[in-house]
Amino acid sequence: MQIKSRVHNNTLYVLLCGELDEHTASYTKSTLDELFVKPNFQKIVIDLSELSFMDSTGIGVLIGRYKKMKGKNIPIFICNPSQHAEKIFKMTGLYEIMPKIV
Amino acid sequence: MKYSNFMEVTFKALSINEGFARVCVASFCVQLNPSVDEITDIKTAVSEAVTNCVVHAYPNGNKGDIKLRCELEGGTITITVQDKGVGIKDIEKAREPFYTSKPSEERSGMGFTVMESFMDNVEVFSNSFGTTIKMSKKILNSSCEVVG
Repeated sequence: MQIKSRVHNNTLYVLLCGELDEHTASYTKSTLDELFVKPNFQKIVIDLSELSFMDSTGIGVLIGRYKKMKGKNIPIFICNPSQHAEKIFKMTGLYEIMPKIV
Repeated sequence: MKYSNFMEVTFKALSINEGFARVCVASFCVQLNPSVDEITDIKTAVSEAVTNCVVHAYPNGNKGDIKLRCELEGGTITITVQDKGVGIKDIEKAREPFYTSKPSEERSGMGFTVMESFMDNVEVFSNSFGTTIKMSKKILNSSCEVVG
């Protein structure tokens, strides 16, 4: 898993590259938490265009980040999910808390 | 005669082996000519089953083995994921969507739900000597040679 980020127009853009499963979950959580702690943005967009695999462990990782940012009133959005990730998001209702944007 | 083949592999219950298990099953079932969607469904279900073993089966630090078996019969793939761990206390509860026995670890509790959605059939057998998950999926446009 590789995580790239940039801030533009008060938005933190995060690009997840690789596979998100139990093996990469811990690194993904800690890296995102480090990025999310910086106070120079008002919303977060997680770009999944480079995510080649995700199982339900990824849902746990995303919900965990949502809970942390909810207290700070910073919304998180998802963009460019694969068809497969989308299937898991719809099944778990993730889009209700992290809407998909184009 | 129906096409028939199998493979079996055993590995340690470590998270680093999840990717190996997924690729292993995907490579083996290519002979049925599955669609990309079907392959991805199978890989995800395998990942969920192996993750369950890695996270829950051996809680006392001493990681045991996971046995992964794939059988092809006609156009159907049957995958068995077996551990010799502590077992699942309440299988019905474990299969409920969003149920997790480890809520403090940010787990979604959707592992079995994903397996059930992506495969045609999922069976779980468990006792204090271990857990076996057996799941199958028919490959819709499978093409394979008839063997003797």
